[in-house]
Amino acid sequence: MHLTLERRKWLWGYAFIAIPLLFFLAIRIGPTLYAFWVSFHKWDPIALDRPWIGLDNYRELAQDKVFWKAMRNTWIYVLVGVPLGLSISLLIALGLQRIVRWAGFFRALYFIPYVTSLVAVGWVWRWMYMPNGLINEVLYWFGIEGNNWLGNPATAIYAIIVTTVWQGLGFQVVIFLAGLESIPQDYTDAASVDGANAWQIFRHITIPQLNPTIVFLVVTGVISNLQVFTQVRSMSSQGTGGPLNSTISIVLYVYQKAFQSLPSKMGYASAMTVVLFFIILVITVIQLKVLQRDTD
Amino acid sequence: MQTTLPTGTPPSISSLSASAQKSVARNTRRRKLSQIALVVILLLGGLMMIFPFVWMISSSFKRPQDLYSLSLIPPVFTLDSYRTVLNDTSYVRWFTNSLIIATITTISVAFFDSLAGYTLAKFKFPGVTIIFVLILSTLMVPTEMLVIPWFMMSIELHWTNSYWGVMFPGVISAFGVFLMRQFFMGVPNELLDAARLDGFNEFQIFWKIALPLVKPALAALCIFTFLGNWNAYIWPLIVIRSEEMRTLPVGVAFFSSENQAAFDLIMAAASLATVPVIIIFLIFQKQIIKGIALAGLKG
Repeated sequence: MHLTLERRKWLWGYAFIAIPLLFFLAIRIGPTLYAFWVSFHKWDPIALDRPWIGLDNYRELAQDKVFWKAMRNTWIYVLVGVPLGLSISLLIALGLQRIVRWAGFFRALYFIPYVTSLVAVGWVWRWMYMPNGLINEVLYWFGIEGNNWLGNPATAIYAIIVTTVWQGLGFQVVIFLAGLESIPQDYTDAASVDGANAWQIFRHITIPQLNPTIVFLVVTGVISNLQVFTQVRSMSSQGTGGPLNSTISIVLYVYQKAFQSLPSKMGYASAMTVVLFFIILVITVIQLKVLQRDTD
Repeated sequence: MQTTLPTGTPPSISSLSASAQKSVARNTRRRKLSQIALVVILLLGGLMMIFPFVWMISSSFKRPQDLYSLSLIPPVFTLDSYRTVLNDTSYVRWFTNSLIIATITTISVAFFDSLAGYTLAKFKFPGVTIIFVLILSTLMVPTEMLVIPWFMMSIELHWTNSYWGVMFPGVISAFGVFLMRQFFMGVPNELLDAARLDGFNEFQIFWKIALPLVKPALAALCIFTFLGNWNAYIWPLIVIRSEEMRTLPVGVAFFSSENQAAFDLIMAAASLATVPVIIIFLIFQKQIIKGIALAGLKG
């Protein structure tokens, strides 16, 4: 009797999980494996013949200057964008935590860009970055010579990073605020009674207590910047990652090879996504290790 | 002696308390000043954050020949660029497409993710751990790796250029399953057992007892999902073929690159795409921010 009840509950469980499980097998896990499979082929969707070429796509990738440029750029997006975004948002969060009035209003103000479409705001920034656009005009007031921000290979990628940081700032501020709220007030009170100054409290209490929040924001920031696409396509010249490939990202290059080039090189593009997969895998494993060390 | 002592001490006490009072007063004054400074800095920062939107809206009301005037208030106010965008494009259709796709996806995610999360949190049948690990592992796979197989699948099954084609990759999300599982773990088993004794079947227990207890998490998941789908770009860009099936971001992208130099039109299109979202955000900002923080921290 007891056993049948238990069994009946199992059946309910299997029924509940059946559709989600099928979905993940068919739409996530299957396609993941399929991407590996495609990466070992010369794969043009129009051609009938899609020969197995082993590791040739990966060999070609190793020789492809544009791929390495895209890889380098992608790491610039990550290594400049993430620290910049995190430090600014932490400063804002610390400020918001200290003010008595209007904190909610300011929080909403900083959050607005996060809810808007990156395509639309990408074009707004492109407009401001134009050689005769707003930013140069304002600089001219101060007697500073302007620049073709998105047209100059030396500055284009940083101009896009500024937009990315601006758009993501609100999210990071909100997460930091939640992290700051979870630090017990007693800790900072005790430290200030002991004569610690603001910097010492920040350095020895706030930062260590915020560690899980920082790890979370670093990892989500790194992973989303590794996949940067929309803003590059909206803001780079002709949306191709120019000028001179100075802003092209891995995902944009994948998109070009798979969906914009003739003949379409799906196998080659898949090989790039496999490389991206392994980079993200390594980062996820590092994150799990760091978080585990924290909880121990 | 006797007179000097009592008269000697009170002045020293009162002078001490006076200096203490003064330092307290100085401290509160300093605190007030730093409060004001902080508010001013944060206000300036906040204005910088929303300035691109102000400039966007301002430019959208300018005539092409006034576009390079730095004035925030258009010298001549015109609705021409809006008229052009609404007449030349299927803007209303794009908006409707985005709304339908984001709404259906959100409902589907809300239902299936809570059901799966509940099952993984509260059922102990053989294989449950493997299923959980399997679902969790899909979180590591970047979407870009899947768009090529999804595209081939869509061609094979004739899903391209349809709502289902845009939606199918997102109708259940691993992030949401994980999030809901975290929250369902906190629902006491005694409550569910009591409902079992009352003769509820397992689905009724999930739907009527457990789900109402995790409403904040469910709301957070819905906000996250809706925003993500409303603003999604790469997959709709790939799977949509025709002008009238475009979602809002895809439509704005095509329109903008076709009108490269006409920033009055582009700013009108960008305003039409962002202002409704900003208004909805401002109305529900407390709930939305709370939801995002909740989803971000537990997920």
